[in-house]
Amino acid sequence: MNKERLKMLLKLQEVEFACIELNLYLDTHPQDQMALMKYNTCAYQLDVLKKQYECMYGPILNFGFSQSQYPFQWIEDPWPWEIEY
Amino acid sequence: MWIYEKKLEYPVRVSGCDPRMAQYVMTQLGGPDGELSAAIRYLNQRYKMPTGKSKALLTDIGTEEMAHVEMIQTMIYKLTKDASIEEIKENDMGAYYAIRDKAIYPADSTGNPWTAAYIQSIGDVKADLYEDLAAEQKARAVYENLLKLTDDPLLKDSLNFLRERELVHFKRFGEALRDVEEYSQCKKHY
Ligand SMILES: [Fe+2]
Repeated sequence: MNKERLKMLLKLQEVEFACIELNLYLDTHPQDQMALMKYNTCAYQLDVLKKQYECMYGPILNFGFSQSQYPFQWIEDPWPWEIEY
Repeated sequence: MWIYEKKLEYPVRVSGCDPRMAQYVMTQLGGPDGELSAAIRYLNQRYKMPTGKSKALLTDIGTEEMAHVEMIQTMIYKLTKDASIEEIKENDMGAYYAIRDKAIYPADSTGNPWTAAYIQSIGDVKADLYEDLAAEQKARAVYENLLKLTDDPLLKDSLNFLRERELVHFKRFGEALRDVEEYSQCKKHY
């Protein structure tokens, strides 16, 4: 995997992790407005990053959550366990 | 409904092949306190949860545990993929190899297959949440054992990430338990 792609993937993982962490926190603190603001900001950032990544390297979500160019790019390597970081 | 995301939650790196460590790590795939047990436990218990907070939390942590299953599978895959037959024999992986080559299979580090008997879902929501708290502590302890069994700094980084997740889950389950307790108090008053 080339350096540029790896950099984007790591950034994606970082922002998505922030979303996961804030999501679990909000599950038990739904009235924390600051946390919710951060969550919405991270979710927006994640959306932008995913679209950028998918535009360059193909879909990372299945079942209609991402579109694909021809031929169907979902089947392309590498799969998550094959990536050398 | 679940959808698949073609990426790991956190990078899994290893410095080289290590079939012995792969066998040890396997217990967090198919062992009693492994990630598969965690996911199946929470995703079954959630149906009896009485509050929005507890239903959401069990759904979300259960989902995150599936991402951890994938990280452990990736560790085993990476630790074994380049191992020669000699290395497999020298590192006590021969018995495993005889049954299934280097295929991934949910068993513990001594070869016992995963079983639903590892988990409970008894419908008493407080008892279930206490089990979840204990499960997170046990998983943390297993990660600490695994960290002592390797010197590979790259593998340690991924194991440390998973260890820290157990601490966060423990904290959130504690909050869910208090929420469920408050809920049952309120119900008694009316
Ligand atoms: Fe956990």
